[in-house]
Amino acid sequence: MTKLLERLAAGDILVADGAMGTMLMERGLQIGQPPESFNLKNIGVLGEIAREYLGVGADIVQTNTFGASRLKLSQYSLEEKVEEINKNAVLAVKKAAAGRAYVSGSCGPTGEFLKPYGDIEPKQMVDVYEEQIGALIDAGVDVICIETMTDLQEATYAIKGARKVSSSIPVLATMTFDSTPKGFYTVMGVSIEEAAKGLETAGADVVGSNCGNGIANMILIAQEFKKYTNLPVIIQSNAGMPVLKADKVVYLETPDFMAEKAGKLISLGVSIIGGCCGTTPAHIRALRKAVDTGRS
Amino acid sequence: MDLLQEMSEALQSGNCEKVIALARQAVGTKVLPRDVLDNGLIAGMNVIGDKYKHHEIFLPEVLLAAKAMYAGMDVLRPLFLKDEMPTLGKVVIGTVQGDIHDIGKNLVAIMLRGAGFEVVDLGKDVPAEKFVEVAVQEKARVIGMSALLTTTMPAMKDIVERLKKRGLDSKIKTIIGGAPVSADYARHIGADAYGYDSVNAVEWIKKLTKKS
Repeated sequence: MTKLLERLAAGDILVADGAMGTMLMERGLQIGQPPESFNLKNIGVLGEIAREYLGVGADIVQTNTFGASRLKLSQYSLEEKVEEINKNAVLAVKKAAAGRAYVSGSCGPTGEFLKPYGDIEPKQMVDVYEEQIGALIDAGVDVICIETMTDLQEATYAIKGARKVSSSIPVLATMTFDSTPKGFYTVMGVSIEEAAKGLETAGADVVGSNCGNGIANMILIAQEFKKYTNLPVIIQSNAGMPVLKADKVVYLETPDFMAEKAGKLISLGVSIIGGCCGTTPAHIRALRKAVDTGRS
Repeated sequence: MDLLQEMSEALQSGNCEKVIALARQAVGTKVLPRDVLDNGLIAGMNVIGDKYKHHEIFLPEVLLAAKAMYAGMDVLRPLFLKDEMPTLGKVVIGTVQGDIHDIGKNLVAIMLRGAGFEVVDLGKDVPAEKFVEVAVQEKARVIGMSALLTTTMPAMKDIVERLKKRGLDSKIKTIIGGAPVSADYARHIGADAYGYDSVNAVEWIKKLTKKS
């Protein structure tokens, strides 16, 4: 398989997969149970989900390791299982992908604040990510995806952790922005310009945004990223923002709607297009089609 | 500059040392601890809340100001009679069972304390019964519930229903918050209010405690 960064450099547009949490819930994830517990007890499900996304044409499939850092897992007293949880997730997806798609190791925020806002020292933050990313890389992921970040400092330490393990593994780094009257900012006050430049300086190979917005806002976010970086840009949009309908949370953006809007992402030169909360294999199938049409 | 004004500004810039020094200086003179609290610390947090609401500042500035506020309160606490700080009322808050996300909840606790409420923070992953039990024990006027996960929201309904079943819902008001919930959801489960952010939550809790 051609290396991911080479394909992006050649102008290829890749399609990433969609939501994980909702897929796990459909398969028995209980309230209060960490999604990563499936990596210990329901490993079969992980391959099943990956195959769903592979089946609709995803080029990149993610591991179920968003919260698999020591700091996050310690909330569930699973901190001694960091290696096992990460490794099992990678092996399951790798087997399903069978060399047809890139396996992306997902790393979400630790949920803790760095000093002076919180208690975490920079070194501890780097160590935490180095440990998780080390386990992901040892198990054979093709790329690392540091995602849903709101603190540029934490994202920087995560990238640093990745680089301590490997200088060559492609690192995708995405942050989550809120729309404010003054433009897009993360809750920690990071602008798109700061994110684009900061993530690039920290050593990411692909930068962009995931979560927090539907696809209309993501187009605006992508536009700004393109203004401030020459790196390839990744956009993983929610299927809109969650709304409640009769006690159930639903995401209203349909596969067709997202696919139609994705045309704009393609014309902006976004390199990786995928889904986040509320997206399903149907959404990814539609995005796949949009990318294939937009390219030809 | 007025001492308390200076303290308010030091708090806004998150300068703990300066807030502590000014608080000591203030209570060493003839300024009443109550004035220091209201016109120094709470005044400063009001500005922070307002700026946060208008996106002029973000979470880091709020967290730093909160640290300074707590440092100032530690200086004042021993000076109030019977160890009791003057308060607008007691609020029991927590993240509901099954949910470990507490940044939003912590922010509400900060803003509530900054507004002069006493807060009993139960932490995260809190069982429904515990909210009710502690609220009764502490004679709280409001229960604040937070959830980030769509899967844990139903726990809020459970808490509201427990209050109703025991006829406590007129005495103890309820407010909910968190990314997936809404004013509609609050109405749907019979909660008294929904706070769309931490500042709005405090505004609602002020209203709820005034009525009763």
